[in-house]
Amino acid sequence: MSYLTDAPIDSQMLIKEVMRASDGACLVFEGVVRDQHEGKKVQSIFYDAYRPMAEKEIARIINDINTQFPQVAVAVLHRLGVLEVGEASIVIACSSPHRGEAFQACRMIIDRFKQTVPIWKKERGPGGEEWVGWQK
Amino acid sequence: MKVRLLYFAVLRDITGKNEDEVELPEGTRAVEIWNRLRAQHSELSGYERPPMTAVNEAYVSADQTLRDGDEVAFIPPVAGG
Repeated sequence: MSYLTDAPIDSQMLIKEVMRASDGACLVFEGVVRDQHEGKKVQSIFYDAYRPMAEKEIARIINDINTQFPQVAVAVLHRLGVLEVGEASIVIACSSPHRGEAFQACRMIIDRFKQTVPIWKKERGPGGEEWVGWQK
Repeated sequence: MKVRLLYFAVLRDITGKNEDEVELPEGTRAVEIWNRLRAQHSELSGYERPPMTAVNEAYVSADQTLRDGDEVAFIPPVAGG
């Protein structure tokens, strides 16, 4: 079971993975490459990862979510490599008997993801390329 | 002792390498490797401390003492999602 992929992500597959007959809510969050960042035009993004550690960190987040929201079923997949504008870099699916905890769990997963999972992005635009977050 | 040093993202670009094997005296702390890198690459001068440090695929303090066979990676600011 891997949380990382080099291929386009099929959200429907993640939905199928989490949905149970007892669920009344299914949330899908897609993080998508947008065409600008802080005023600069973006044409594509290269995603890099410390793969084995990223897998462990994502597993840790999901484990914490399972403990905190035992009724929520979770699936996460992050894509690596070069992505064009409009393509999904991450898809998170959360299903639950009721919507409240699914919203909370989904929000918590993406927020934590951005803090600890060793994945990086290099934005490419007409003005050149730049690693996001790196202060020169 | 020998330590394997991995480079990712901006650090791979700056060093031009994916990894290094470095010979170090016993008792070396992770931050001391960072200081060596800073001395070699002026692009790192703004970072007195590594943004984050991982040893054997887990986050640790940069002050952690290394052991023979450790896999060390300095983690630039993460930007997944």
